[in-house]
Amino acid sequence: MDSEGLTLSVEYLATTGIVLSTEQKAALQTSLVMLQNAQKFHKVQLWGKVVGIKESYFIACGIGRGNELLDRKFLYSQDCMKWCMLPILADSRALMCRSLSGRFIGDPTYEYEYIDMRLWEKEKKLRRRQTRFGERRGQISGSYRRNRQRSAHRTQRSYVKTATGKIVTNRSFEGLNNLDCKKLASYFHYRNTPNTDKINLLAKATLDQSIDFLEHIETDLPKGCWALHLERGSGLVILKSLLWLGYSFYHVPGTRKFGSMYVGTGEKNIDLPFML
Amino acid sequence: SGLGKILGTNKNYIVAEVEYREGAEDEEQGEEGEGEEEEPKEDEDAEPKEGEEDNIPQPDYKPPPVIPKEENGTGCNKKTYFVCNEPGTEWVKLPPVTPAQVVCARQIKKFFTGDLNAPVISYPPFPGTEINYLRSQIARISAGTQISPVDYFKFEEDDEDDSDGEGRDSFVENVEFEPLRNQELIDPSLSNWVHHVQHILPQGRCQWINPAVKTEAEDFDDEEEEEEREEPDEPVPEHGPPLLNPISEDSEVDSMPAWSAGLTSNLVPQYAAAVLRSNLWPGSYVFGLDKKFENLYIGYGHKYTADNYSPPAPPATQEEYPSGAEVTEVPDPTVDEERALQAVQQEQLDREAEEAEMEEDDEEDD
Repeated sequence: MDSEGLTLSVEYLATTGIVLSTEQKAALQTSLVMLQNAQKFHKVQLWGKVVGIKESYFIACGIGRGNELLDRKFLYSQDCMKWCMLPILADSRALMCRSLSGRFIGDPTYEYEYIDMRLWEKEKKLRRRQTRFGERRGQISGSYRRNRQRSAHRTQRSYVKTATGKIVTNRSFEGLNNLDCKKLASYFHYRNTPNTDKINLLAKATLDQSIDFLEHIETDLPKGCWALHLERGSGLVILKSLLWLGYSFYHVPGTRKFGSMYVGTGEKNIDLPFML
Repeated sequence: SGLGKILGTNKNYIVAEVEYREGAEDEEQGEEGEGEEEEPKEDEDAEPKEGEEDNIPQPDYKPPPVIPKEENGTGCNKKTYFVCNEPGTEWVKLPPVTPAQVVCARQIKKFFTGDLNAPVISYPPFPGTEINYLRSQIARISAGTQISPVDYFKFEEDDEDDSDGEGRDSFVENVEFEPLRNQELIDPSLSNWVHHVQHILPQGRCQWINPAVKTEAEDFDDEEEEEEREEPDEPVPEHGPPLLNPISEDSEVDSMPAWSAGLTSNLVPQYAAAVLRSNLWPGSYVFGLDKKFENLYIGYGHKYTADNYSPPAPPATQEEYPSGAEVTEVPDPTVDEERALQAVQQEQLDREAEEAEMEEDDEEDD
């Protein structure tokens, strides 16, 4: 969710239970502006809040002037005032973090013990266990990476890929009309894994390279993992992810307004196939 | 009195908790009584037809007795709940919850769709539609997370005997309640909050009932027989934490405390309220400020489990009769075998006859 107009935009997500208290709104409005200035970001967005057992983390995303999709840095804060950078994880570390399960504690310096099960089986006789420590920050980083990869999304045609491959906002995007906003196919994943194998060749012929470079969420499995709600008559469209409980996306049809936020425990809902 | 929101896939539910005044609920009980009378009639029609044909062996299996639900106004059904999809639409009253529904709801995990008549397709099969599933989840959430500051409610001052193990189930507001300071309310030992809703036993009710106890009508017929017959093992009475139990005794969830406490504001702690978040039922919040407190639930309506959900395994298949010598079929003897046997038997008879004659001859000779 963009930091400009954060106070008003967060109201759109109130039906899903995402609210910010007055104190948090005031703190975020000022601290995000300061952050933008200090780090020379083009835009700053509030990505969401990860609720831990003792404390919660607020996560913000700073977008640079280069590529809107790729040039993003994530920061975290516990009191909405002081922001610290989240480390960028190497893939091996990210894999480690994926195997950690359970709630976040709320302490960035908390260390998790990761047991490498493959070595355990090979060396059963010797009974040696290899342990590696993943720091808390690493885990948030890993978690948001998975989360962002799977859930962040935008409406169709709101981003344009220029000839140099740079992705910028489409200024002539006017919002979805009433018919399109009810279809799941109008919403896309905002991530950088163009999996063009899924689209068949016939469809590829009609695609426009500059607009259709994102995957749409209809192809997500299991089917039904996105819940679409129309609030306020059809004045507001809310998309909720059932795989990452707590992620919500809103769009006001007919206008340029859209945004998303995650407020939750930071855990994937593995039981989704049983629950549908 | 309480309010909550349960999120669903198509639509959400807004839930309101209501306590009826005495006498306002008599209409409903009349309808249910009529439903029960229809069933015995159907059984009587079926029986005479079977008597004409050969009686097929009846299975020995008797389903476990149905545990009766609690009366409206007590136990799980103490409060009534109304739901609506959007504010402004009609409020629908939720039916009282039965123990079978609670027991089944504990074993399944399904999203709510937002349509009260939607079927709940699950294993074990849920006895009811979404309206019943919603009611049983609400009952579990209330029993697990409705808390109040200690001493806000207190038991009535009757000298009740607790020896029968039933426990007290009613309380009144304490007029002399002294509000606790915020620091005490968010104390990590969580000793300043108590549950004011009864815990639901594994049976599915708040008051344990012995399912082996027969009703009065049957007693008149079988009284003498019962005393002679050996009773099957008496089911062990189930106990749960008593009412007004402090939440510090709530079991831990995956090695973390059942509740997380905090203040609403760190900048102005003198005006802040104390907030408790439940870790067992994510989405359940309680806040307290001076003499006021309130419980709230906004979530999907499921418990938090650290391990992923696995549906219960189907019951083991019934074993066949063990195959032994008495039951195994032996092929009938062929004609040749029969003749051979007859020949052998004939030989034996002849031999015996000869020996008998020889003995007679010997005797005559002497």
